[in-house]
Amino acid sequence: MIEFHLDRRSGVATYLQLVHQVKQALRLGTLRPGDRLPTAREVVEALAINPNTVLKAYRELEREGLVEGRPGLGTFVQRSLGGVRLADQAALRRELDEWVRRARRAGLDRDDMETLFSLAMTDAYRGGAAGEETA
Amino acid sequence: MTAALTVTGLSVRHRRGWALRDCSLSVPAGRVAALVGPNGAGKTTLLHTVTGLLTPHGGTVTVAGDVAFMAQDKPLYDTFTIAETLTFGRRLNPRWDGAYAAGRLAELGIEPERKIKELSGGQQAQVALTLALARRPGLLVLDEPLANLDPLARHDVMRALMGEVAERGTTVLISSHVVADLHDTCDWLVVLNGGRVQVSGDIDDLLAGHLMLSGPDELRPPAGAQVIEESRTGRQVRLLVRGAQVLDPRWNVRQADLDELVLAYLRSPEASALPRLSEVGA
Repeated sequence: MIEFHLDRRSGVATYLQLVHQVKQALRLGTLRPGDRLPTAREVVEALAINPNTVLKAYRELEREGLVEGRPGLGTFVQRSLGGVRLADQAALRRELDEWVRRARRAGLDRDDMETLFSLAMTDAYRGGAAGEETA
Repeated sequence: MTAALTVTGLSVRHRRGWALRDCSLSVPAGRVAALVGPNGAGKTTLLHTVTGLLTPHGGTVTVAGDVAFMAQDKPLYDTFTIAETLTFGRRLNPRWDGAYAAGRLAELGIEPERKIKELSGGQQAQVALTLALARRPGLLVLDEPLANLDPLARHDVMRALMGEVAERGTTVLISSHVVADLHDTCDWLVVLNGGRVQVSGDIDDLLAGHLMLSGPDELRPPAGAQVIEESRTGRQVRLLVRGAQVLDPRWNVRQADLDELVLAYLRSPEASALPRLSEVGA
């Protein structure tokens, strides 16, 4: 079972934070097909958020075909997210580590690097679905 | 959308003048509505009229189902035990779910033999909330339920409240002068200012309908935009606008957040964002 948490200063809409956390768990394999997501009541009693926010997040996941609501039973994981193979992920991570080392040598600090990274992301996803992964 | 609460043309006069002036609003069933406004805006007067504690001089209040009210000062009798408080609640209320009330307090670890005055502020708030919920209301009205509570107790009260909404679909109207308390919990917003309703609507719709623009000060507001608030510093102008389509690329555009939206309206008392009368429903 997944346990949600909230970053209230992130500026990311609460329902999207829930969506992202489910996707992350699907990617990491901590949530697998057949697993049940917590009920709206369970989530709101842990986080003190509006139940409609949870339902909105679950509807979004359902729309993307990742989960399925079964009336009276709950919401269940339909498929995992294997978009990125672990080997690819490890290789990309190594390249990123190397990039960070070079940036530090060049005198960039943490904020400089984060700014560059988010600019690159903005450019890459300009006109796309606001940084959303496509299946 | 069925309304759990409909208020039309409500006016209340106090000795010093009008406390509420021609207030109209509606809250759809199953929503958690925030009633915000500065101190003295008329929030408590509005809640007292909704709950029937006060008779208005004009206008009507229609509620679907029973109303339960948790007042600001959490009126509990200090010398009563929890058991006595529950007995009192049962005698006062024809509709009373005693098993639920006892069960809920047991879950919270509040023992029946303890006296109200021995409880912490957070526990007293939980007892008051339990008494209101045991009446199984269709509409639960809370006046500043989080005032004087520490952050942990605030969180506990809101968790309990949200659980209730998830479980029973109870409609909630909750007043506060601290907008931050209502983030993530409320999905409907009513802004009351100087006895008038300035804003009433779905929070997501309101946020989507307002934009925060900043740019060089020679720019004119976009065509068709309702400017809620305008501020100038140096060569920069900042606008909070409603219903605008921004085409000029010199404007830096972002969505307003809830605090900015509420503050902008409160600082511009003549502005309003209200549904058309037909949407309020008769």
